[in-house]
Amino acid sequence: MSRARTPPVAGGAGGSLAPVRIVVCVKHVPDIQGERSLGEDGRVVRDGGDGTLNELDENAVEAALALVEARAQEGDEVVALTVGPDDAVEAVRRALQMGAHRAVHVLDDAVAGADAVGTAQVLAAAVRRLGEEAPVDLVVTGMAGLDGLTSLLPTLLGELLGVAALPLASHLEVEGGTVTVRRDLDHATETLRAALPAVVSVTDAANDPRYPGFKQIMAARKAPVTVLSLDDLGLDPALTGAAGARTQVLLARPRPPRQDRVLVQDTGDGGARLAAFLVERGLV
Amino acid sequence: MSTPATVLVLVDHTPAGALRAPAEELCTAARAVAAAGSVEGVWVATDPDDRPGDAVLAALGALGVARVHRVTAVGADPRTSAVVAQALAELHAELHAERPARAVLLASSFENKEAAARLAVRTGAGVVTDADDLALEDGTVVTGKTVLAGTWTTRCAVRTPLAVVTLKANAVPAAPADVATEPEVLERAVEADATARAVTLVDRVERDTSGRPDLASAHVVVVGGRGTEGDFSAVEELADVLGGAVGATRVATDEGWIGHDAQIGQTGVTISPRLYIGAGVSGAVHHRGGMQASGTVIAVNNDPDAPIFEIADLGIVGDLFTVLPQAAAELRARREG
Repeated sequence: MSRARTPPVAGGAGGSLAPVRIVVCVKHVPDIQGERSLGEDGRVVRDGGDGTLNELDENAVEAALALVEARAQEGDEVVALTVGPDDAVEAVRRALQMGAHRAVHVLDDAVAGADAVGTAQVLAAAVRRLGEEAPVDLVVTGMAGLDGLTSLLPTLLGELLGVAALPLASHLEVEGGTVTVRRDLDHATETLRAALPAVVSVTDAANDPRYPGFKQIMAARKAPVTVLSLDDLGLDPALTGAAGARTQVLLARPRPPRQDRVLVQDTGDGGARLAAFLVERGLV
Repeated sequence: MSTPATVLVLVDHTPAGALRAPAEELCTAARAVAAAGSVEGVWVATDPDDRPGDAVLAALGALGVARVHRVTAVGADPRTSAVVAQALAELHAELHAERPARAVLLASSFENKEAAARLAVRTGAGVVTDADDLALEDGTVVTGKTVLAGTWTTRCAVRTPLAVVTLKANAVPAAPADVATEPEVLERAVEADATARAVTLVDRVERDTSGRPDLASAHVVVVGGRGTEGDFSAVEELADVLGGAVGATRVATDEGWIGHDAQIGQTGVTISPRLYIGAGVSGAVHHRGGMQASGTVIAVNNDPDAPIFEIADLGIVGDLFTVLPQAAAELRARREG
């Protein structure tokens, strides 16, 4: 991902602009509106058929496309990148439908069972690989995966790639080789800035993702997807996936439904019943 | 039998130097993982005057903290996650040389999870975020975690010698140590490395918490949804009687009825208070994902088919504008009587 020049990503009065390349990491997840479950190995069951592009990743794709469109420069490129089993390709297809120029799918049985760090290592290797073809200026991810919700990915990628990480942007600006994000944290609102190349994640407040039209959907169906194995990325299968995972799920089970639930119609004493319930349960 | 080890705890505190509530829970959890080893606090100073005062040191001492490492940063803003991670990594390396360091514990906030991720890369540690349980089993750190929008529970072992864990608020009740300590404060300056210098904190505006407890760590949260139609007075009144925080659904924050920082859900704040009360909250899947792990759930909604009732210990079909004030009055009367 390293580059010698400072990339002029946006604006800039006159002069020729070097092309910009943005990699968007996307993920295929079980539909959160449907029934979701974990297998005995603690991994999310991914063969339910109701998979979808992690909807928070659509904000990432939208952010990347918007940055490139605002520049209106020939040669700019948005590359959608995913790692996962066969059906993970649906995630990059969705990105292609939205307007991504290229798609890369890291597909390798040995990736299965990777934890957050392991997944980040694979994605970082893929970004480095893309960077060997031509410099990558920016990596964009969604704010979290709606399955595991680990949200560690952007920061892990930044550390592994040795570049700045600016997660949780609700507002994103790229100008003159720097990226600026505004983000809302638990106790404060922050503005962070860093020189490119960098990794950012965007929240669902950052933009409204576009809906692809019929034409884009048909075109994306035929678009090629580059498939890479761990070997292609120079990664050792014995150190990736479950074998290399630093954390191991010992047990996974559905939470039992709440017992003794009470549903009452308020007939004038609803508030008093609420208060009495709190007292009874020792909650006041 | 587990050997005694060092456990580092990042001590979150307010700009005014007061402990944030999860710090006490973290120290309690840390004692179990240290197995009669040493619990060491890390205080990242945000300015030259930011230091643990006598009251803070007494509180940490009651929790069994042996030492507090006060970190100052040179060359980068100490409020950035890269500086915090660098400080923790340096301390870990140094302390590990004295006695094995088993874990670094942080409260589950957005910025602490970033620090945890960075620390995991720098130290080769396994990382678990949003844990709701922490135990030591045969020398291995084992965490509990609720996943898939609060519908599944998992137990996860950390296979590396060092575990980096962010712990959710209200997961481990704070309890004093058998023997109180008098923590010594050790000063440490961290010279920011290239990664820490890569990000500039342009500005940071601390939010006013309106005198109520922090939403993310409050023991009681009263939440208003679409049914409030923008009038949060009944929600706030009940929250104040209960000493709780006020939260909101996505609809309520999108409508501008309350700030976005009050939004509970998968893209907002995730909460697991002892008591959750939802008023005019329908219980959409995105919202449930942010509150389903709560202790007791009470819902008040005039729609008997609202999905929130499926996960409510007590559901009241009725008008929140009569039910909530009546409950608040009843609780006040009980307190005074």
